[in-house]
Amino acid sequence: MKTLIVIPAYNEEKNIEGVIENVKEVMPAAEILVVDDGSSDQTTLVSQKTKKATVVTLPYNLGIGGAVQTGFKYAQEHGYETVVRLDGDGQHLAKGIIKVIEPILKGEADLVIGSRFLGLDRPHSVLARRIGQKVIGLLLTIILRQKITDATSGFRGYNQPALNLLNKYYPSDYPEPEEIVFLKKNKFRIKEVAVLMREREAGNSSLTAIKSVYYGVKVALSIFISILRSPILKR
Amino acid sequence: MNNMPIFQVFSIVGSLIIILFLIELVRSRRLKESYSLLWFVIAFVFLLFSLWRDLLERVASLMGIGYAPAALFLILIIGLYLLSIHFSVVISRLSEKNKNLSQEIGLLNLKIKELKKWIDGIKS
Repeated sequence: MKTLIVIPAYNEEKNIEGVIENVKEVMPAAEILVVDDGSSDQTTLVSQKTKKATVVTLPYNLGIGGAVQTGFKYAQEHGYETVVRLDGDGQHLAKGIIKVIEPILKGEADLVIGSRFLGLDRPHSVLARRIGQKVIGLLLTIILRQKITDATSGFRGYNQPALNLLNKYYPSDYPEPEEIVFLKKNKFRIKEVAVLMREREAGNSSLTAIKSVYYGVKVALSIFISILRSPILKR
Repeated sequence: MNNMPIFQVFSIVGSLIIILFLIELVRSRRLKESYSLLWFVIAFVFLLFSLWRDLLERVASLMGIGYAPAALFLILIIGLYLLSIHFSVVISRLSEKNKNLSQEIGLLNLKIKELKKWIDGIKS
């Protein structure tokens, strides 16, 4: 199956090369698309220099949702049947791709989430974020009637029907939890697999303390609103 | 008419100036007709209230408000509130379109670059 690895990157000139190399080691046949989300550094140049990735450069910073969707649009245009998305900061270890892609290739799921919490009890380092993630996870578990352990993980695999829908609509600010609700509402099958994640190598996580609070409230709101929406697809 | 209080003259002239200002904005295409409609309605309501002083008293008593200007403020605030929501809706729509455009630009730029490479390959 034709597979595309989508890597959204915003100011990741220090990490992006390592990420691309790792992905190529694990999946030599897969094609890589880096979406430079309007970086002010050399992310595009560094990615192009590896000669192992195609690079789309956005004219300004759209936010993670807009960047990821750009990758999906590219995938649809070029007829890719499977997409794996992982972050450009080196947090997601490339060998996890195999686990994330497996249920898609076997036809067991439409969306696969690489979870850092599945099957182990390793709490997150920051208390506020830990609570936030627990609350979001609990909310989703109740609403979806399916246990989601890592709703904010950006390490994900998609099949073609899921991509076609997400191309039409994709949440913008913090899309990960909303994407789960949206796909579930439209009767897509979601599966979590356990993956290992590393602490960030360089640069700062996009979430500060105040932002995490805003993030929590925004996500909770978007989840509640998503429940009220009727499904787009008739399946 | 000769016993018209000064504040009434002031509010009538004020309403007329606002209406003229709106017409000028639309005329010079700085304001779209569709977005000017709401403002025209508000301006004409202003004018109506300034011309017909009893109207405000009547509306106030209808709403059970003893002090007429308070009713005016309430109506105004509700109107402005709705208008602001309307603008948020418009902005949301615009930002969605804007996002789609920039994604398209990114993808098109890539295509152009690849085409250039391909053409250069043929030439050499």
